[in-house]
Amino acid sequence: MYRNHVMICGGTGCTSSGSDRIAAAFERELERHGLDSEVKVVRTGCFGLCALGPIVVIYPEGSFYSRVKEEHVEWIVTEHLLKGRPVRSLLFDETVDGERIKSLDQTGFYKKQKRVALRNCGVINPENIEEYIAFDGYAALGKALTEMTPDDVIQTVLDSGLRGRGGGGFPTGRKWQLACADRGKVKKFVCCNADEGDPGAFMDRSMLEGDPHAVIEAMAIAGYAIGADKGYVYVRAEYPIAVKRLQIAINQARDYGLLGEDIFGSGFNFDIEIKLGAGAFVCGEETALMTSIEGNRGEPRPRPPFPAKKGLFGRPTILNNVETYANIPQIILNGAEWFRSMGTENSPGTKVFALGGKIHNTGLVEVPMGTTLREIVEEIGGGIPDGKKFKAAQTGGPSGGCIPAELIDTPIDYDSLSKIGSMMGSGGLIVMDEDTCMVDIAKFFLEFTVDESCGKCTPCRVGTKRLLELLEKITSGNGTMRDLERIEELAEFVKNNSLCGLGQTAPNPVLSTLKYFREEYLAHIQDKRCPAGVCKALLVYKIDPDKCRGCTLCARNCPADAIMGSVRNPHSIDTNKCVKCGACMDTCRFGAISKG
Amino acid sequence: MKSLKELEAIRDRMRQTVNTRESDSNTIRVVVGMATCGISAGARPVLNAIVEELARENVAGVQVTQTGCIGICQHEPVVEVYEPGKEKVTYVKMTPEKAIRMVHHHLMKGEPVEEYTIGSLTK
Repeated sequence: MYRNHVMICGGTGCTSSGSDRIAAAFERELERHGLDSEVKVVRTGCFGLCALGPIVVIYPEGSFYSRVKEEHVEWIVTEHLLKGRPVRSLLFDETVDGERIKSLDQTGFYKKQKRVALRNCGVINPENIEEYIAFDGYAALGKALTEMTPDDVIQTVLDSGLRGRGGGGFPTGRKWQLACADRGKVKKFVCCNADEGDPGAFMDRSMLEGDPHAVIEAMAIAGYAIGADKGYVYVRAEYPIAVKRLQIAINQARDYGLLGEDIFGSGFNFDIEIKLGAGAFVCGEETALMTSIEGNRGEPRPRPPFPAKKGLFGRPTILNNVETYANIPQIILNGAEWFRSMGTENSPGTKVFALGGKIHNTGLVEVPMGTTLREIVEEIGGGIPDGKKFKAAQTGGPSGGCIPAELIDTPIDYDSLSKIGSMMGSGGLIVMDEDTCMVDIAKFFLEFTVDESCGKCTPCRVGTKRLLELLEKITSGNGTMRDLERIEELAEFVKNNSLCGLGQTAPNPVLSTLKYFREEYLAHIQDKRCPAGVCKALLVYKIDPDKCRGCTLCARNCPADAIMGSVRNPHSIDTNKCVKCGACMDTCRFGAISKG
Repeated sequence: MKSLKELEAIRDRMRQTVNTRESDSNTIRVVVGMATCGISAGARPVLNAIVEELARENVAGVQVTQTGCIGICQHEPVVEVYEPGKEKVTYVKMTPEKAIRMVHHHLMKGEPVEEYTIGSLTK
């Protein structure tokens, strides 16, 4: 029996900042102090507060150590684990309140969160099926198989109002219902979309790393509901830890008879296979994903026929995203009413967001639907670093749009977001401050879609490329008002005529920045000026002669010899030679250099 | 896995291991003094005896933690029991045997073992 549990984050973020070495150090130090039979070291999934990794949590006290280094380990072992004195200086500073140590759910980051899909992340060892079972794992599958008919299962999911968490927001129960005809007569498939491709999104990865069994259990429940006996998880090959843990979990589930034949003595058979993603963004689109599983080049095809009728290998197939599945066991166990008690009327439940960009607490958060953007950015995210102002947030990655500062009180749910021209997306939430140029952001996302367009249909292949060229023209200072009209016209065309979701949503970042930040586009075109000071071609560096003391520091650091002047006399910049690298501004001690 | 019973058996066995990671407002806290004075007086076997007995008897809702020196080094090993809504009970000069008795009477039946408490010293 272990009296203390040392939980060490084994998510991708903390692993890349050395949590493997920290785990090894704990094991070594515990053995050296003869504590290895009293203290258990557990590798877990993501705790969410990735900005402060590597993270170590020690139970039963629940002490939350942040930014742990290898050399801290001996200290923690001798002080905390041997003598019972948590090392205050290494604890997450928000949990230390004078003499008292606050619990985590009283901190700004965790207070407003509600963990459903992430409930086991950071709590269990994802490589041990018995720990999952200890937290009621596989009880939902047991309940479904022994107490419910397949139609009961579908009805419960329908009643819960769960909507697809991959971005589209299609009701999950409805999707299952469409595929449930002819159970037992035709071969069907259950697929999981873990091909998370949005820049800055890592929700699905963290769930697979932290709680892979939840996805396996949910897929088996889905298989029972529609009458399928085979599942595929299509997961990015770039997620090695997630793939490894998922494979371990599948093997363990097979060993325990939770996958395989005659599960719970009900006569229901189900097994799951992992398919590694082909490394293209478009493979996250449902028809392209299935084509890729079949072994073909990942390209979309027109719908209908919808996958529910004719999907993988021409068979009825349902495809849901990782987070959607992670909610299913909880819904089956606790009922549709429980799920509806969270979130809003039309968007029940919670949503996981990967918080990134210009924000203090970068990481993974799960909040009830209807939480406002302000709560997420200011309270959970801890605000913008360096006292900068919030300018906008991008949801939905390259398919979504931006939410400007004046709409920061928008509740985050499917309908409110689409009303303001953005979308829920899979959950990437990128925060931008006043130093971000919105034209440049639109260009960034468009560069991504141009790169990732599969080339099958012309509107997307050629249209996005032409759109990007128009944006480049504007950011280089050569844009005209006619270009702005062309952009709007072309964006609508690409949106309405592309074959799949990738092309249909590709113009969204351009359209939404144009809608809310039109004056920034105008500044680039009419005044040849980038208000945020990002677009290099439009920047001019200037020295204020009143502030300049003539110290020559800038001149000595200029790589282009563009700064002239003699000692103790104001300097000046030759704009023809200036390469706009900003080195002078960084070195000036008197704040005499400005850009604009 | 052929029945729900098998699943429940695994769950119940594992609950003991993982309930260390959970606590709520009803949790009883048992705190063992593990400063140098406590350790040299034998606090570690006491601590482990409590943890193991709780597991053996399948007692949930009890959190066992350590603390540093509480200033009565002459009476170590010291064990304090905090029950929600009740006065703290302080046990002194504990041994693994006394600790096991404390678990059975105090933590399981709610009857503190008066003769081991600090109050008994002054009598």
